[in-house]
Amino acid sequence: MSVNIKIRDAVKKYGNNTIISDLSLDIKEGEFFTLLGPSGCGKTTLLRMIAGFNSIEGGDFFFNEKRINDMDPAKRNIGMVFQNYAIFPNMTVEKNVAFGLKNRKLPEAEIKEKTDKFLKLMQIDEYRDRMPDRLSGGQQQRVALARALAITPDVLLMDEPLSNLDAKLRVEMRTVIKNIQHNVGITTVYVTHDQEEAMAVSDRIAVMNHGDIQQIGTPKDLYQRPANLFVANFIGRTNIINCKLRDHDGVAEVVLSDGSSFTVDSVKKEEIKDQDVIASIRPEEFVVEEASVDGIKAIIDDCVFLGLNTHYFVHLRTGEELVIIQESKIDSVIPSGTEVSLRVKSEKINLFSSDGERSLIMGVKNDLDVYKKD
Amino acid sequence: MAKTNKKDIWKLVSITIIVIYALFLLYPLFQLLKQSVVVDGQFSLKHFVAFFSKKYYLDTIVNSFEVSISATIITLIIGVPLAYFYQMYEIKGKTILQILIILCSMSAPFIGAYSWILLLGRNGIITAGIKNLTGIQLPSIYGFKGILLVLSLQLFPLVFLYVCGALKNIDNSLLEASENMGCSGVKRFFKVIIPLCMPTILAATLLVFMRAFADFGTPLLIGEGYRTFPVVIYDSYFGEVGTDHGFGAAISVIAILVTAVIFFIQRYVNSKFQFTMNALHPIERKQMHGWKNVLIHIFCWGVVLVAFAPQIYVIYTSFQNTSGKIFVDGYSFNSYLQAFDRMGSAIQNTFLIGGAALILVIVLAILISYLVVRRNNFMNRIIDTLSMVPYIVPGSVVGIALVLAFNKRPLVLTGTAIIMIIALVIRRIPYTIRSSVAILQQIPMSIEEAAISLGSTKMEAFFKITVPMMSNGILSGAILSWITIITELSTAIILYNLKTMTLTLAIYINVSRGSYGIAAALATILTVTTIISLLAFMKISKTKEITF
Repeated sequence: MSVNIKIRDAVKKYGNNTIISDLSLDIKEGEFFTLLGPSGCGKTTLLRMIAGFNSIEGGDFFFNEKRINDMDPAKRNIGMVFQNYAIFPNMTVEKNVAFGLKNRKLPEAEIKEKTDKFLKLMQIDEYRDRMPDRLSGGQQQRVALARALAITPDVLLMDEPLSNLDAKLRVEMRTVIKNIQHNVGITTVYVTHDQEEAMAVSDRIAVMNHGDIQQIGTPKDLYQRPANLFVANFIGRTNIINCKLRDHDGVAEVVLSDGSSFTVDSVKKEEIKDQDVIASIRPEEFVVEEASVDGIKAIIDDCVFLGLNTHYFVHLRTGEELVIIQESKIDSVIPSGTEVSLRVKSEKINLFSSDGERSLIMGVKNDLDVYKKD
Repeated sequence: MAKTNKKDIWKLVSITIIVIYALFLLYPLFQLLKQSVVVDGQFSLKHFVAFFSKKYYLDTIVNSFEVSISATIITLIIGVPLAYFYQMYEIKGKTILQILIILCSMSAPFIGAYSWILLLGRNGIITAGIKNLTGIQLPSIYGFKGILLVLSLQLFPLVFLYVCGALKNIDNSLLEASENMGCSGVKRFFKVIIPLCMPTILAATLLVFMRAFADFGTPLLIGEGYRTFPVVIYDSYFGEVGTDHGFGAAISVIAILVTAVIFFIQRYVNSKFQFTMNALHPIERKQMHGWKNVLIHIFCWGVVLVAFAPQIYVIYTSFQNTSGKIFVDGYSFNSYLQAFDRMGSAIQNTFLIGGAALILVIVLAILISYLVVRRNNFMNRIIDTLSMVPYIVPGSVVGIALVLAFNKRPLVLTGTAIIMIIALVIRRIPYTIRSSVAILQQIPMSIEEAAISLGSTKMEAFFKITVPMMSNGILSGAILSWITIITELSTAIILYNLKTMTLTLAIYINVSRGSYGIAAALATILTVTTIISLLAFMKISKTKEITF
């Protein structure tokens, strides 16, 4: 039932304004695939091109082997969940869910059976006769999902479906969405700007910026081995430090502005040479030690105790400010003004070329590379 | 201390408004009822018996229903698709199209009747032209067909404007969702769009029906033997033979009852379609291609041009030379000169009386909407109910009731401009209140509360924060009020005298006297005034769209 989606050289223009230029992408059958990026990056535009609500100015879109560029949205067999749910305000919950089935002219009994199934699956059975304006945000979300799934679509498209919910409900609903998707096993394309949400639900994520895909990979790949500085910065939190790379007899050594240095074993062989680089060190990739120990000297400016972790805001002698996250200890937090020594978990950090475009580290997985044309 | 004072001011406003309604609406209606059932100082149902025992009178009710229902159906058939095409697809010259559609509704109906007679009547140019060319005699336009034609072309813009407003409230994602589930095109129009617009369509249906039912200028001019209810009411008071005020009052009461029944039926049906909608992403117009695009353009422009043709022809005849009642060869401004000479004060009156009525309508509507929305108490619920009453009172009945109430001491107002203003305010205010209430309900209370927390009084918060926020909505309501006020006929014709004659009245009088040249010139002036009002409104509010 489910399909794979193949997009080749997609182009989207509004007038003379090119939103997406030359974008290629493969989404596997049954996969939960997320388009992630800041607002205006083209992720919703791409989703609506798949849905058929935006025109396609160039390239090819396939569901399995079927080209869908010119297919009517109504014929693409897509289930879509909209940002504002788009529930028909004049119909009850049950009629909303049955709407797509009625359009397919299914026998009455089958409509009833399928509607019941998805009302139960989404646990909104008890609200079946309610009008939408008497439902909470989370319930409306469930109706929207039930309605989209009831027509047994080939593809499920979701456009920022959780952005109108409060924080707690958002976490709850993303688990619901993930589980339902898993049970139904439907190819799903999900759009969000919330990286945590994306990591929580997705099999794979495409990070987009300015209409281009930056990297495609699993949440783990994106977080630990980002392909460029944008991805490192957008996924999770990180400290960006300008520094120098030295070839120390074939071993890569990173030298900070204050002269302190540490070796990094994971640098690609061909990149081990003297050059300016950008280091991306996540807050948890530092270890705070007493000032007497050898390491990068830093002064604590402030600290925030958050239970599991404690966040330290520090600055180096040369003035660079960093954020460090440590597991909270039982004794006490380090008071402001204290000088400490920092050690870096060098196997975890990432280094980028001075323009931020390339990672210098081995083991970066980017499914986008297969489309690269030379 | 200061706080209680402020409260008292709003209470005072409530009481004042109730007194105004009691004096100018309830008291006249009571007088009307009294005259209908009191004969020679005795209670009697003689007039009602007289009405229901004569087939002649009963037929007028049947005729009125026949013509109103038919006109309502036709306006829906024209207006709903027109609004749909207008909002969904790119149409060339859509701003002009919209202005023309509004103009179609903005002339007094009898002008439509009069110009259709000029075009399709016994000696109409089209009738004569076709007869000369082909020898075919077109069917007569007089009677039912003519009334239907005129009312339909006159009233479909109301449906158009209402439905356009509703379509703007539909979120684009609803249409996409239905398309997604396999429902698009014509099917989507009937299964999704029409149900979503249903409350608005019902409101428009009621409005059109009421207008058609109460209109009497059209049947008077083009109806000939086909008599409708309002004509009988008018004749019983002002007819050339045998006026009978008691009988007229009785028919008026029956008219109110009929419209009241229709009103409550509509409310009942409407209550079945309660839901809320708001559009985050309004529908974007799409460019249609090929033959569908051509058909859409033909439909939209075709309807509008047919509906607007009579006004163009009237403008044309206003420049023709006349000799007595007949248009003759040659063109000049003679009709205009005569119009200014004889009817100059009518133009002045239109602006003075209309302007005063408009200001009163706006001020009262703002105050009443505030009381109804923000100060829901017993007194203000009474005001809310009272404000609906004029919906169900046909225009000519308002006029008659006012005459009955104020043609004797202690308060003699007949023949003054004041009574004209009062009548216009009563006629127009329910619509302005409804739109103001709708706007106010959309402005969250928290905005006013923010102003109060920052130190302004409740009064200041309302007038400095809320009223400015309402202003665009009020303005669009006001322009329509203005245009309906200056084209009002059915009430004014009962109340006017020479000193208080307005443009619309002057046109009607000249048409009925046969001074067609002057009538055409005045009608042209009225049309130009309407166009200028619309353009000024669009300039001020910086909008290209006009809605109710």
